[in-house]
Amino acid sequence: MEKIPSQDVTPNPVGHHTPSETVTQEMYAKRRHIYVREIKGVFQKLRRSANWALMLVFFLLPWINIGDRPLILFDLPNREFHIFSATFYPQEFILLSWLLIICAFGLFFITVFAGRVWCGYTCPQSVWTFLFIWLEHRIEGSRNRRIKLDSQPMNAEKAWRKGGKHAAWLLIALATGVTFVGYFTPIRDLVTELPTFEAHGWSYFWVGFFLVFTYLNAGWLREQVCIYMCPYARFQSVMFDRDTLIVSYDESRGEPRGHRKKSLSHLEAREAGYGDCIDCELCVQVCPTGIDIRDGLQYECITCAACIDACDSVMDKMGYPRGLVRYTNENALEGKKSHIMRPRLIGYFTALVLMVGTFTWAINDRMPLNFDAERERTQLYQVTRDGQISNVFSLTIRNLDDQDHVYQLSVTGLPNLTLDSSTISVPAGESRLKVVTVTASPDDLQQPSHPIVFTLQAQQDADIRLERETSFLGDIRR
Amino acid sequence: MNNLWGDSLSGFWSAWIIIITLGTIALSVWILLANRRTDKTPDADGNVETTGHAADGIEEYDNPLPKWWFQLFVLTVVFALGYLVFYPGLGNYAGLLGWSQEGQWEEEVAQAEERFTPIFSQYQEVPIPELAEDPEAMQVAERIYQNNCAVCHGSNAQGGYGFPNLTDDDWLYGGEPENILTTLNNGRNGLMPAWQQLGQNNIENLTQYVLSLSNEEHDEERAEQGESTFMAVCAACHGPSGTGNTALGAPNLTDDIWLYLAPGQEVGDSIRQTLRNGRNGHMPAQAAYIGEERVHLVAAYVYSLRLAD
Repeated sequence: MEKIPSQDVTPNPVGHHTPSETVTQEMYAKRRHIYVREIKGVFQKLRRSANWALMLVFFLLPWINIGDRPLILFDLPNREFHIFSATFYPQEFILLSWLLIICAFGLFFITVFAGRVWCGYTCPQSVWTFLFIWLEHRIEGSRNRRIKLDSQPMNAEKAWRKGGKHAAWLLIALATGVTFVGYFTPIRDLVTELPTFEAHGWSYFWVGFFLVFTYLNAGWLREQVCIYMCPYARFQSVMFDRDTLIVSYDESRGEPRGHRKKSLSHLEAREAGYGDCIDCELCVQVCPTGIDIRDGLQYECITCAACIDACDSVMDKMGYPRGLVRYTNENALEGKKSHIMRPRLIGYFTALVLMVGTFTWAINDRMPLNFDAERERTQLYQVTRDGQISNVFSLTIRNLDDQDHVYQLSVTGLPNLTLDSSTISVPAGESRLKVVTVTASPDDLQQPSHPIVFTLQAQQDADIRLERETSFLGDIRR
Repeated sequence: MNNLWGDSLSGFWSAWIIIITLGTIALSVWILLANRRTDKTPDADGNVETTGHAADGIEEYDNPLPKWWFQLFVLTVVFALGYLVFYPGLGNYAGLLGWSQEGQWEEEVAQAEERFTPIFSQYQEVPIPELAEDPEAMQVAERIYQNNCAVCHGSNAQGGYGFPNLTDDDWLYGGEPENILTTLNNGRNGLMPAWQQLGQNNIENLTQYVLSLSNEEHDEERAEQGESTFMAVCAACHGPSGTGNTALGAPNLTDDIWLYLAPGQEVGDSIRQTLRNGRNGHMPAQAAYIGEERVHLVAAYVYSLRLAD
């Protein structure tokens, strides 16, 4: 079996791309700080708009109310989950499982199709990291100035720039923490109670928790999360095929790379033996994970396309055609035919459509009522003084609707079954216990056990109706 | 300390747990340190040595852990050791904080009591007939009933063989609030002596007489003979007319309610059995189990059953 060529993945020291040299390894890998250069371009615009949109959604959603209730509120103490106009209860967690499975398949589908689009454009880790880098650039200055600032001894200017940066980060982290907790407790009360120490202890804990980890993850850990911690990053590569969109350097066009006089036209440079890559290192400097895209596809690449924008801007300056680094796929790179429609993609798509359909149906078909019929455990059946047989059931009825209901109970399965009482009212979102006695005549019993069905029907709403099967026990009088 | 094992583990098992626990931690630390590699020199072809693991020809580099990752690992070891100092985990060693499952449970029970006592005390003040009309209190009371009483008296409170029906108007000890409270708080011991010594014939006569009291089918002749025995022996408790005595808990024999009538059993057989062997009814005292506040609520619930449809 031929070995797949691979290379050392240790991030390169800043500004230097050298093949691996002899190193004596420490107990642990030293982290090199990656100074990310800011770049403008088509994909950065796209990414930035996606980031802003997602940020806005995240920060604004908790503030939107419908009526007197937040649009989205995960009320853990009361175990009620308000999502838009619906209220979900822990009994319906199966729906959450399905939703998560759908999300997973959505991720698989998009990965097969377009690679790690999720990572570059929508992943919270990336979104917050880019936001923090943006702030860093505004406060400490451009990449070169940041490198200089870090290497100089502490002075007044460095102190306020560094302090200002961390203060800004912590402020964003605090807003993130408060917003996050705002999904679990009404945010308007939260922001008034937090400063006055009236909020719940757990609220402080979780605000603090998300503050600390937002600050650490987006400020300090950054690409380390993607490289060492993220599970998706570990297994995303198995979903790639030769037609998956990747960010790639066109080696056949770029090599041999090298500096050249700017006065050379494209044609002259070609004739002089140069490839299109001028080895300006811009693609390395803009990379948030610190890799050199010219080494080929690497598992650290989050397809944020910063290197594409960087390289395209250089190509424009040189008067060369764009796309030396571009979105492409392995087949296209090798000049083969690439196919968008392929079994793997169609399979994921079909599974996804099926599951979304089923999920939508399940949501629409939700019966906002739940009840259990439990047989009396101490006696199988009772014989009344007038010789009738009765069975006692405890019904636990849960009204999952957002309005009070009066329910009508009926029972079928045997002739002349009678109930001792048949209406029960349950307030919205609460449950009630009802003990009912079902009575039958022994003459109607053919065997020791007969299946019977309880039906619960809301009086004001014909659609709310639920059946439960159980059995009626009695001895047989011969 | 009382735990599942009795007072404590024997010395051997305690040592066994300590060795396994500390050994596992030591092993983890050893794995961390033993995987330390210092040489990462590429060979002539520029290939760096790999771990030797290969899948589909893809080999695994033996790259070192990042610094913070390594430090986190060390931190978990420190945490584990700290935990074992403060909490029980090493065999019989109880830990510096003296935490125990029982302690935690007692603490939580105390917390719950603290939360619920005010609710119950508030009902404690309300007289029972009034409380029985309060639907919210009755909801609370019904839960207490279902958790503590339903197992004998049934979830519909209609009782069963040997367990009085609480929904009818027939009360062994009286159905006034104070009677119900006394029953619940202090329990009852209903005693019907065995009358084997009266002999088969007398017992049969008595049986027929008791059947006649509630207009069941009976043997006229024997019933007449049984009457004198009844007056001499039974009337002391059940009264000359057989209507019972709530002060003693002696049942009324003239209605057609039989506490010890099994499903499908002939009434006569049940009476005969009672007379021969006697009966021992036992209602446990609830004050000790659920406390007087809950008893007050349950009493109101039992009282409210007469108001039901």
